[in-house]
Amino acid sequence: MSLLIRNALLVDPAGRHSGKGNLLLQKGEISAIGSTRKRFSARRTIDAQGAWIMPGLVDCQARLRDPGQPEKANIESETAAAVRNGITTLCVPPDTQPPIDNSATVELIHHRNEMFGQRAHVHPIGALTRGLEGEQLSNMASLRANGCIAFSNARHPLANNLVQRRAMDYAAGCGSLVVIQPLDPDLLGNGCAHEGAIATRLGLPAIPEAAETAALAKDIELVAQTGARTHFGQLSCARSVDMIRRAKAKGLPITADCAIHQLFLTDHDIGLFDSNKFTIPPLRSQADRDALREGLVDGTIDCLCSDHQPHEVDAKLKPFPSAEPGISGLDTLLGLALRLVDEKLLPLPELVAKLTLNPATILDLPGGRLEAGADADLIIVDPDAHWICRADSFVSKGKNTAFEGWDFSGSVTHTIVGGEVVYQA
Amino acid sequence: MPDSDLQLDESGKLRHFLSIEGLNQAILSEILDTADSFTSVTDRTIKKVPILRGKTVANLFFEASTRTRSTFELAAQRLSADILSLNVDTSATVKGESLLDTLQNLEAMQIDMFVIRHQDSGSAHFFAQHVRPGVAVLNAGDGQHAHPTQAMLDMYTIRHHKHDFTRLRVAIVGDILHSRVARSQIHALNLLNTAEVRIVAPRTLIPVDAEALGVRVFEDLEAGLEDVDVVIMLRLQRERMRGALLPSEKEYFRRFGLSQERLARARPDAIVMHPGPANRGVEIESSVMDGSQSVILQQVSFGIAVRMAVMSMIVGQSGLQAGGDA
Repeated sequence: MSLLIRNALLVDPAGRHSGKGNLLLQKGEISAIGSTRKRFSARRTIDAQGAWIMPGLVDCQARLRDPGQPEKANIESETAAAVRNGITTLCVPPDTQPPIDNSATVELIHHRNEMFGQRAHVHPIGALTRGLEGEQLSNMASLRANGCIAFSNARHPLANNLVQRRAMDYAAGCGSLVVIQPLDPDLLGNGCAHEGAIATRLGLPAIPEAAETAALAKDIELVAQTGARTHFGQLSCARSVDMIRRAKAKGLPITADCAIHQLFLTDHDIGLFDSNKFTIPPLRSQADRDALREGLVDGTIDCLCSDHQPHEVDAKLKPFPSAEPGISGLDTLLGLALRLVDEKLLPLPELVAKLTLNPATILDLPGGRLEAGADADLIIVDPDAHWICRADSFVSKGKNTAFEGWDFSGSVTHTIVGGEVVYQA
Repeated sequence: MPDSDLQLDESGKLRHFLSIEGLNQAILSEILDTADSFTSVTDRTIKKVPILRGKTVANLFFEASTRTRSTFELAAQRLSADILSLNVDTSATVKGESLLDTLQNLEAMQIDMFVIRHQDSGSAHFFAQHVRPGVAVLNAGDGQHAHPTQAMLDMYTIRHHKHDFTRLRVAIVGDILHSRVARSQIHALNLLNTAEVRIVAPRTLIPVDAEALGVRVFEDLEAGLEDVDVVIMLRLQRERMRGALLPSEKEYFRRFGLSQERLARARPDAIVMHPGPANRGVEIESSVMDGSQSVILQQVSFGIAVRMAVMSMIVGQSGLQAGGDA
């Protein structure tokens, strides 16, 4: 099956292609990219006049709640939301139920995606320690052989630094990336909002910056000690951006992402205890938000993720501190990202790189590229389509958005995975 | 939704009573004036007025409390309401019933007003956002957020003794960090244009950016008490020692315990308040507690009048006839 996409505006995260062009897709790959005058022939043709073509998005942190929490979401529902919204690759943290600490769970996820998935790639991130309990190492080499693309202890920081050091050494020895969400469990405590004037006024148990930065400082030191290639996820503080920037300048093998909602929301948005704004790490201050944006621009922050955490209605239908944290983010990832271009924070190809090429490179995945020979995971986006965010119309099973009523422009018209159209508006 | 939209109806009347924040000076003054008219009721032999006759008030306490619950019960009874008191921590929610299920089951009993205490900050707003139209929520304490009736009875006590807030210096001493009472007091004092509101506490018990609440922060009790007209002592919860917030009760008393000697720093006519129950010898010396400047027992009796005032303003139909026949 061959597919020709004509007259599309090429958005190449690597910056090699630009302007209007034609793409020929064959055997699951981009077989050729050329100017519009170049004549290709194919079984099917899509005329993408006026639309952008770019690699499908690679979301380096999305919870699908599968296996274990069908009331929140499952692979079928969330891969459908992904392809509808231009995400062709999803990286799943290991805190499923049971956690991804054994090959059976990895196989189960792959099997479910084959059976029920809507064609997005789903890549499990394995548990760094068994049961995420921070005591014994997981069988990383076997897990890697079964398809785990990296290892992480998700939101269960290791209490024991010696175990963490050994886990990082072992993962590095297996050639695997370590993914860390820096959190100090004691400083986090029962906190649910950024420590500052808002939490003080609302009487919400506070989460200081040090809950992230104290852990991050230790983690960076362990990277320096072990040399383990490490990716830091979902950063939220200005000081974290600064620490990552300095660590990178020293040449440490470090990369970082932040959840896209952190670039738009602050603790002010909690308003009157809006539980949809309860996230961990918490929505922080304006200064933190600005620093994250700066870090994104200067490359300190390599990629953006949805940090997708779908919930059933009841999980949020509680007073703020008792609600479950997290935002359902697949349906708004691209819309928010394109806003950053509208706000002139980054040119479109550079922004797209933060959601395609960069995470794919960090995680050593094939997608995320617009070049001959690359996997044909692509999306066509109508930049002029305007839409209003309504949780009711989310494809994700989780309707817990923090962006209800927001205006977005740019809408996916086609999602192509392995050279086949898997979604068409 | 701004706070005021939830608490006040279109004509600016009180619909729910959730937090002092979002209210205005006129409402606070109305509460104090209305409470004035009720203090006479509590002094009479027949202590009842028919303002809430035929109405049903449900006390819904997710956190154990005897004193506050009793004053709400008494207030509702004196307004002739039917009253239903539930300690929820021991009943439904343990069985897995959600908060909203509990609320809706009770609503089916035609409750007109819920008086709710819950351990989560924001729970009063949560309930107010989910009750049926026409059903009122009165916050009897939500987490560390607000305890507005306590604050109003404190304002009533202050006004009773000092009349004009605009010339007062008020010091709130103790565990500000965990105190819903302090937060509500600070908002109320500022809405009533108090000249200066101070908080006095060790650094571990002062919330971050406390100045943004509109207070001056003191970490030294002697300095904090200098020339104040009102001293409000807060109760020190024993569990604070366990969280490494304080070394010991003894050391706390040494730094922040209110003694006669320290009270002498305040103005000679200063009054001493405490929302109770007080820990004698921890935050306050017995001689001060029982001394001539203490108005602590008065606070308790004013509490009933203030709660009657708030309840009647929310649920009472037409204007108040506090002096009406029982």
